[in-house]
Amino acid sequence: MAMNSFEWADATTVEQAAGLLAESTEQRPVIAKAGGIDLLDLMKEGILAPARLVNLKTIHGLDEIDTENGLTLGALVTLDRIDKDPRIRSRYVALSDAAAHAATPQVRNAATIAGNLLQRPRCWYFRHDHFHGEGADEMESRGADQNQHHAILDNDKNAMVHASTPATALVAYDASVELAGRANGSRVVKLSDFFLPPEMQRAHDSGIESGEVMTRVTIPPLNARAKAAYHKQTERESYDWPICDVAVVLTMEGQTVQNASIVMGWVAPTPRRASESERLLIGNRLTDDLARQAAHAAVADATPLSKNGYKVPVLEAVVRRTILAAAVAG
Amino acid sequence: MATDNQAPIDQPPLRSQSLLYGIVGQETRQVTRQVPADEPPQLPVNAELRSIGKPIRRLDAVQKVTGTAKYTFDVQLPGMLYARQVVCPWPHAKVISIDTSAAESYPGVRAVHVLETLLQTARLRDPEAEARNKYPTVRFAGQTVAAVAAETQRIADQAAKLVKVEYERLPHVSELVAAMDDEAPIVFPGPVEQPSTAGGGGAPEGLPQKGNVRGPNFGMPGMTPTGDIDQGLAEADVVVEAEYRTQVQTHVPMETHGIVADWRDDELTIYASTQHTHSVRDEAAEYFDLPKSKIRVISDFTGGGFGAKYGINNFGLLAIHLSQKAGAPVRMMLDRREEHVSAGNRPNSLQRVRIGAKQDGTLTAIDVISWGTGGIAGGAGIGFCYNALYPCPNMRTEQYDVFTNAGPCAAFRAPGQVQGIFSLEQAMDELADRLQLDPIMLRERIDTKPTDDMLARAHERKIAAERFGWDRRRPPNSDAGPVKRGMGMAQAQWVYVVSPPTTVEVRIADDGSVSVYNSAQDIGTGTRTVLAQVVAEEFGLDAENIGVYIGDTRFPWGPPSGGSRVTASVTAPARNAAYAAARDLAARLAPLFDDADPDDIFFAGGKVGVRGNEGAARPLKEAAKEAKFGEISKLAKRHDDYEGFVLSGETSISRHGLGGVQFAEVAVDVETGVVKVERVVAASDCGRPINPKLVESQVIGGIIQGVSYAIYEDRIMDATSGHQLNANVDQYRMVGSRETPEIEVLLIEQIGAQSSTDARGIAEASNVATSAAIANAFYNATGKRIRTLPMNPANVLAALSA
Repeated sequence: MAMNSFEWADATTVEQAAGLLAESTEQRPVIAKAGGIDLLDLMKEGILAPARLVNLKTIHGLDEIDTENGLTLGALVTLDRIDKDPRIRSRYVALSDAAAHAATPQVRNAATIAGNLLQRPRCWYFRHDHFHGEGADEMESRGADQNQHHAILDNDKNAMVHASTPATALVAYDASVELAGRANGSRVVKLSDFFLPPEMQRAHDSGIESGEVMTRVTIPPLNARAKAAYHKQTERESYDWPICDVAVVLTMEGQTVQNASIVMGWVAPTPRRASESERLLIGNRLTDDLARQAAHAAVADATPLSKNGYKVPVLEAVVRRTILAAAVAG
Repeated sequence: MATDNQAPIDQPPLRSQSLLYGIVGQETRQVTRQVPADEPPQLPVNAELRSIGKPIRRLDAVQKVTGTAKYTFDVQLPGMLYARQVVCPWPHAKVISIDTSAAESYPGVRAVHVLETLLQTARLRDPEAEARNKYPTVRFAGQTVAAVAAETQRIADQAAKLVKVEYERLPHVSELVAAMDDEAPIVFPGPVEQPSTAGGGGAPEGLPQKGNVRGPNFGMPGMTPTGDIDQGLAEADVVVEAEYRTQVQTHVPMETHGIVADWRDDELTIYASTQHTHSVRDEAAEYFDLPKSKIRVISDFTGGGFGAKYGINNFGLLAIHLSQKAGAPVRMMLDRREEHVSAGNRPNSLQRVRIGAKQDGTLTAIDVISWGTGGIAGGAGIGFCYNALYPCPNMRTEQYDVFTNAGPCAAFRAPGQVQGIFSLEQAMDELADRLQLDPIMLRERIDTKPTDDMLARAHERKIAAERFGWDRRRPPNSDAGPVKRGMGMAQAQWVYVVSPPTTVEVRIADDGSVSVYNSAQDIGTGTRTVLAQVVAEEFGLDAENIGVYIGDTRFPWGPPSGGSRVTASVTAPARNAAYAAARDLAARLAPLFDDADPDDIFFAGGKVGVRGNEGAARPLKEAAKEAKFGEISKLAKRHDDYEGFVLSGETSISRHGLGGVQFAEVAVDVETGVVKVERVVAASDCGRPINPKLVESQVIGGIIQGVSYAIYEDRIMDATSGHQLNANVDQYRMVGSRETPEIEVLLIEQIGAQSSTDARGIAEASNVATSAAIANAFYNATGKRIRTLPMNPANVLAALSA
């Protein structure tokens, strides 16, 4: 596959980038480029055909990591830096591990956190140009029959899952994103409210608006006694997309759970909190049995499709294992 | 000394000779064979040789790892154009009209061609069964219709989109079981035929066909049913019966299929990523009505093929037409999607197996029925392992091809045998379990055919079991935790194949330097290196001293890289030609040594001398200069094996096969369904190993590909659209570096006394047992059988909860 010709604009300020992006129309799409990883894939596969790319990498000051008050990641911070930064690893290990297990070393060197959060679904129907072209109408009138990698929760309308795995950890840490526009200044949105269930026909899977640029990702300060763990369950150990991933943040008083945040990725259209599991843990002494009950609760609402029933027991095992791993984390 | 025998015309005179036979270091004896009189004496065992049998680094290793090796992908010619195919988005359609005008007038486009003849497909026995149409019917999504050639790849890509094709869609079916239904849409409106390629595959002619189901085919010639199955089952003390399913696997070579076609005046030069230079030349001659003498095919390096790279294919037809029209070279390399969808695959299978045995393991009945789909091509059988491995008086293997609207299958590293061994060797493991026999003991009792591969396996079972630590194998499901470990073993069998037309030339230039010529391509196995090692032996030189010229149809005919036959085919004539050239050289240099008897002249380390007066040896280069003999050239043909073949022709098959056994250790996480192959020990045979390092490399590659097949690979078709959903290397899962087990290869040296090098193949024999060994280890780990491939979490959790 090959790409069409397109214009390239190096932005020097967020305002300039936002202005250029606001010029986007259906006929002349203008698309932001950070690391360019997912963008290049989509262009090569013929899913995206931008008239103009706005390069954000030329904007200064968007690649900083600040740990003064919680954690602030500039939009252009790469996954590799999140993995390797000792400050992040010591305080936000679930995020470090999520970054470390995303993609491949080559991709992590180039991929940015903003690009990762805004990437499109990996659904093999979505990634095949046929289902955007000649086969689009047929696709509209039916679901994904080959749904082995699709959602097992909240999947009645749309079963594609959001692709970002760092998102799973970020939602568990209650992260927000900062979006800067040209006219209305910037706004901050909780990541848990930001994502939208992916759809074939929509241009993005989040609440970002035309003319907005994601500038920062922020995590509020963490309780000093918080412990966390992250697990991405794949079929291969070498680079792979997950069956599911789970991030757990616990605040413990001795063996008793004071607070719990459990988030599951790749099992629902967007990262999903295991609220009932959290409720079961909070205020109780964490035992193997309690972890088992909490994991069971996490999949109680599962409505597996024709070919993804296997994800239910896998998710249950991974939730249980990750809760127990968080409890003994350093 | 030997005496000459009377031989028929075309056959060389023979001498009767006593030869060493057997497994070196194990059990050897002398046998008497009829040997062509002009062949050199038998080689001693490898330990007594200088060049042959040494694990030297491949001669082109540095070129390959530094990227200077020129693959077809790398070919750049002055004025070269780039091509792009126009492919159909529908899985079954009649082409109503094609309008190429917009593409033709697009700036930078130099030629457009519409495909008139479709290759890589089964063909209607009666072409009239389908209404006549100007264009071939489209039978799978991604089938090529036309192509454009342009000055840049981007122009070609853009222009391809401007070719307007009007289709009338037809009903389609893309799934095996659905296609077997009487009411299923029909892929071909009549019975079809599918000839095989040099890599195997294909199906016998004239088989019955009902709807999409063609057969029964009983496998290779001589595999017709024997005995009485019902009686055999009635006599059995134990019957194991089960259904097995294997998936479609695509070849995914590092280098996609492709050619560069350069038609100038009345000569056609083709650079091809191919497994047989001559198959490209022969098909080009056939389809373009050119004499073979005017076509040259060059393949310096081929980036993998695994059975799928023969002939010119549809993309090659188009590229040659485009080159002819444009009067310029045209480069046509498939992209990754085209490679997955249209360039070949290993058919899937649904196998129903019943095996009966007496309490002592004696087999009383083997009854197998299989269906498989190779898309629009035939050849979806399960090989011949059921007939080849274990003798049984009552035997029936009934195999059916099922056509679907999907890309054509192609030969793939042991076509059919990989699917067949998966069920056969699991059934044997189950039988051993039911009979409370160690799986090795069961094989000791039933692996009894009087062949070299049987002898090899008997020895291999012993050495591999010991190295693997088979005695540490525990009862099934011995681990209490969620991660369960187990051990399993399985046996391999593949044919020993030779191409007797193979001819090798050895030249000695007037400076005494030696070179060797053959048209065979190197698919990656190290053909250059083994040729050099064999020739070097006769001159007392090192392999790197020999000039090796291969991969070009201007050189004498070489074999296809299919059926694991290249080393067996080329090394014997290479040695025979080198021997003859060396004797000729000795005769010409003898006058320089006081007219010594040429039989006393020897070559060693770049010097020539006379036995008995080693001190007077002098540099060969200097002696050659003085002798002024001009150039010596000797041609030698691959003679038949000394014992002959059971099937003779361009593909000659020995009654002996290739053996091999593999032992695997796996860890199964029964909560997540993830299977990890931790260790594989393989004992392998390939006759006399010419280069043990390269043989080991082949076996390691076979095991890695076997692990990939067993656990990961799976072509996913969308039934509604007829499209492959994972036609890329992201979503088509393959083994990665972290999934590669610890692998240990034990190689035996088996002297068959059949040719002047006694080299045999290895590539396919190393690939067939892996998935069954892993499946048997899975059973030992979990106490459950997994009869569906791949062993991914979905299939594993289903098997565990069964």
